[in-house]
Amino acid sequence: MAEFTSLASAVGQHVHDGDRVALEGFTHLIPFAAGHEIIRQGRRELTLVRMTPDIIYDQLIGMGCASRMIFSWAGNPGAGSLHRFRDAVENARPHALEIEEHSHAGMATRYATSASGLPFGILRGYTGTDLATVTNNIAWVECPFTGERLAAVPALDLDVGIICAQQADREGNVMLWGITGVQKETVLGARRSIVLVEEVVDSFSPHVNGVVLPSWVVDAIAVVPSGPFPSYAQGYSERANAFYAHWESISRDEEVFRTWMKEHVLGTGDHEQFLASLDPSLREATNA
Amino acid sequence: MPEPSTTELTWTSDEMMAVAAARELSDGTVCFVGIGLPSTAANLARATHARQAVLIYESGCIGAKPDHIPPSIGDGVLSRSADAVVAVPEIFSYWLQAGRIDVGFLGAAQVDRWGNINTTVVGEYESPSVRLPGAGGAPEIATSCQRVIITLRHNPRALVEKVDFVTSVGHGDGTGTRQRLGLPGAGPQVIITDLGILRYDARAAEFLLTEVHPGVRVEDVVAKTGWALQVAESVSETAPPRPVELAALRAFVKG
Repeated sequence: MAEFTSLASAVGQHVHDGDRVALEGFTHLIPFAAGHEIIRQGRRELTLVRMTPDIIYDQLIGMGCASRMIFSWAGNPGAGSLHRFRDAVENARPHALEIEEHSHAGMATRYATSASGLPFGILRGYTGTDLATVTNNIAWVECPFTGERLAAVPALDLDVGIICAQQADREGNVMLWGITGVQKETVLGARRSIVLVEEVVDSFSPHVNGVVLPSWVVDAIAVVPSGPFPSYAQGYSERANAFYAHWESISRDEEVFRTWMKEHVLGTGDHEQFLASLDPSLREATNA
Repeated sequence: MPEPSTTELTWTSDEMMAVAAARELSDGTVCFVGIGLPSTAANLARATHARQAVLIYESGCIGAKPDHIPPSIGDGVLSRSADAVVAVPEIFSYWLQAGRIDVGFLGAAQVDRWGNINTTVVGEYESPSVRLPGAGGAPEIATSCQRVIITLRHNPRALVEKVDFVTSVGHGDGTGTRQRLGLPGAGPQVIITDLGILRYDARAAEFLLTEVHPGVRVEDVVAKTGWALQVAESVSETAPPRPVELAALRAFVKG
């Protein structure tokens, strides 16, 4: 059964140095608040897994929490680069970051494989690309029925999966809707899981594309309103495009980045304080 | 070859590129849309001549009908306006891999004369001079869509003799690579830039310059291409943006 707890206690209990951790979310429902808490608690040597590492992974990398990243697209969508990530790869700052990169189709297959408890998954992909030459975890198998040559990728072997959902009910079942990405697979494919929710409700209402994860597959639930900020929770908040655009000016310079992180993440005790520390202009949905 | 237009242009080269790219998408097409320039062009097509085009985003949004250009592929305006929203493993397996998509609409950091795409690194992989975002959905979009449209801004660092990294396969080295590798789709057929349009010529086994945008000379395009760009026997001038196209584009970009 899922345990309702504070985010700090959930991270303290379930995320350990050296763990392989996925904080998933495909633009929508990205668990920013959990990433900040991992930074506050000073985790080290993490292997970060994510299809679309964005600003929160830039922060984790820039603060020295990660030694390795497994991913398929690393950028600040619609706004620019992840300069802390690039500094790690291009200049080994703050230290070297080992990378293993895939395509989205390959990563999605790996998540589905993990959730299925299988050792590897197959897809019609990677053929002819240089990804297949630089990434060890891409192999080839022959279909035993048709002889077709297919790409094979291993399960992700996640220690911890962290996602955001819109709601939990009082029994600890959680519900998310809108763009649900690989969040279900992240929880089902990890040994331990943490779900951040906007609120606790007495009962769920049906939603188009609603996904319910029963209480007994979730380890910890933390109620963190606006936990995805600057990402969004459909039905609760809009994406703060102004923050994404502003990140370019923070992450470009390591000193500016460190000062910002010190003030807004290390210098705040929780997500509510983090949000209160921001200039209100950064909370806006427009980036004009 | 056309004489370059001399009238003063009332649109930007980026607008001409978006309009020309949008025109490549015919009505009713099922299109897997990349972020950035492709998303702008695909939405412009849907707002003008291709109202029944089905736009699919890799976030799982099928039949998205945004009223402004979303900054990312997973904005709420996409999921709220979509006919269906499916999980990400499903969009890649049941929809893309299964061969349901007509056109893949992709951007690129680098592209070569065979339409191979690099969005991974500039320089050596192990010690890149520029680390780019990486593959995203592009490798399998380039593999599994029936055909691919590429759009990017034209300069010799983008249209290069040889891509530094093959993120997504176009026509390989032009010697029947796709057939040899057993790739299901026909691969990139057209590259639309802010200067003109290149189309893949199967006989020449490379992209040829077939159209220049108003005010652009053929030699300008050749000079801004990183390989010895071959020019089609007859090069036409792209029709200038119509007022309706410009109005729709500007309304979209403004949001």
